[in-house]
Amino acid sequence: MMPTGFKVLKPGMLTLVQDLGRFNYRHIGLSTGGAADEQAYLWANRLLDNPANSPALEICFGGLQLRAFTDSQIAITGADMLVTRNNQPLANWQSHAIKSGDTLSFAYAKSGIRTYLAVKGGFQIIPSFGSVATVVREKTGGLDGTGNPLKAGDLLPCRASKSDIRTRVRSMFVPDYQQPLIVSVIVNHHRNDFSPSEQQKLFHNTYQISAQSNSMGLRLQGEAIKPRVKGIISEGTAFGSIQIPPDGQPIILLKDRQTIGGYPVLGSVFPMDVFLLAQQQAMTELRFTTMPLAEAQQQMRRFYRFFGI
Amino acid sequence: MKAIWHIEPAGLDAVLIRFGEQIQLDLVPTITAASQCLQRALGQDIRGMVPSYTTLMLFYDLRKHDFASIQTLIERELTKLVIDNSVTGRLVEIPVWYDPAVGPDLQRVADYHQINIDEVIHRHTANTYQVFAIGFAPGFAYMGQVSQQLATPRLDRPRQRVSAGSVAIADQQTAVYPTETPGGWNILGRTPMPMLDRAHAELCPVKTGDRVQFKAISKQQFLEAEGVLS
Repeated sequence: MMPTGFKVLKPGMLTLVQDLGRFNYRHIGLSTGGAADEQAYLWANRLLDNPANSPALEICFGGLQLRAFTDSQIAITGADMLVTRNNQPLANWQSHAIKSGDTLSFAYAKSGIRTYLAVKGGFQIIPSFGSVATVVREKTGGLDGTGNPLKAGDLLPCRASKSDIRTRVRSMFVPDYQQPLIVSVIVNHHRNDFSPSEQQKLFHNTYQISAQSNSMGLRLQGEAIKPRVKGIISEGTAFGSIQIPPDGQPIILLKDRQTIGGYPVLGSVFPMDVFLLAQQQAMTELRFTTMPLAEAQQQMRRFYRFFGI
Repeated sequence: MKAIWHIEPAGLDAVLIRFGEQIQLDLVPTITAASQCLQRALGQDIRGMVPSYTTLMLFYDLRKHDFASIQTLIERELTKLVIDNSVTGRLVEIPVWYDPAVGPDLQRVADYHQINIDEVIHRHTANTYQVFAIGFAPGFAYMGQVSQQLATPRLDRPRQRVSAGSVAIADQQTAVYPTETPGGWNILGRTPMPMLDRAHAELCPVKTGDRVQFKAISKQQFLEAEGVLS
C-alpha cells in the first residue's frame, strides 16, 4: 500500500519536527525544546485551521526536498526560502493545495533562517514525553522519538485532504526579519549581581550575534559586561534570560537551553523579540531597550489568545 | 519549622522562589516540601518546576496569572507549609564497580589525597549523599556533600567522551553521567543502573530531595546487572 504523507528526498541542512515543547519534565532536566520562532510556527498551523500545537517542520537554512504521496494542504511561514512545487514557485505566509506526486523544494534562506511547513491536520507523529519537539542534544522527540533531524528516506505521515481553500497571512502581520532590531528587555531588579553602570552597558551599546549561537542560546559579542560575581548557585533557567558569563559577552537563552544554569542573569528578553532573534543570521547587529514586566505579560497574553492557546 | 522565602519574577512566565543564599543540606527538605505542596495546590495553574540548591523555579500559565496573582497564591500556600526536617527523601542505593578500567581518575584522586584506591572507594561509599538538583543533561543529579578528604577539583581539560553510567566527583559534589557526554569530573567507577530509563514513567531513579548511597560491587556483579563495558 502506498504510504500517505510525504517522503524526504533531501533533508536539507537541518530540518526538525517541532511543536510548542514539553513542559512537565523540566525537574529531571529535559529541555522544553519547541519551535524556535513561535510566531511563524503558530501562523503555519492557523492558516490550515489546525490545533495550535500540531506537529510541523522547522526547516533551518533550507535545502529540504519532499515528495507528496497524498493530496493535502500545506502552509509555509517564516524565513523566505524560494519554495517550489514541481519547479513552480509557492508564496510564503500562505496555504497551498498539494497533489500526490508533487515535489516540494526549499532553496536556501534569503531573509530569516527558519521556515515552518505545516500540513492540514498536522504530521502524525507519536509524542515523546508529551511533545514531538526535537531536542537533538537530548536525543528526544522528532520522528521516532530519538531526537534525530530528518534524513533522506524518512516518511512524514499525514492525512489526505482535498480542500483547496487558500488562506494567507495579512501583510500587516508578516514580520520583516531584515528590519533593524531593537530588543525589549525586562530587567532583573531583584539581584545585586551587576552594578548599575555595568547593567546600563547593555542598553548603550550595539551587540552582534555571534556565529557560536545555537538552539540553546544566542551568543552576543560587543562591550563586555562585568558582573559582580563569577557565577551563582545554579538555579532554574527561563526562556529569553540574558546570562552574563565571566567573559562578559551576553547569552540569550532559547528553547533548547539547559534547565539549570549558574551564570548571573541581567534580565530577560520579551518573547516576541526572542522569536525574531531566532530568525537572525550571525553578525546581525542589535540594540536593547527596557520594557516593564506587566506590559510584556499583557502583550504575550494577547498573542496567545489570538492563536487560541 | 517555618520556611523563609523570597519570590521574584524570572523571565516572563516564571518565578524564582529563593529559600537561602548558600548551599545547605537542610534547604533540600524545605525546597522538596515546597515543590510538592505547590504542585498539589496549584497543579492546574503551573507548567513545571525546577528545584535547585537554594531555589525553586516555578513556571505558570500566563493565560491565568500575572506575577502578582501567582505570587499571592504561592505565598498563601507556603505560609501554611510546615517543614518537618525529620522527614527525609527516599534512600536509593546505586551499585558501582570501582576499577581503573571504568574509573580512569581513581589513581588521580588517590594521588591528590595521598591515599590508595581502596581508601578512595571507602571514602566515596562511606557517606550518603543528598540530591540537590537535576540538570546539565536529563537525569544528571548533582549530589553532595563529598567529604573534604575526598573532594578533588575538576580535570583541567574535560574529556570529549564520558561513558554512560560513569560515577564521578568534582570538588564536594558527586554525580552519575546518565548518557554519554563530554565531561570534566573525576571518574571513579561505573554503575550498571540506568539513570535515564525512557521506558520508566518517572524517567529517573532519583529525584531532587532523595538520598543516595553508593555501594561497591565486583566486575562480575556489574556484568550480571547488564553493565556496559565500552
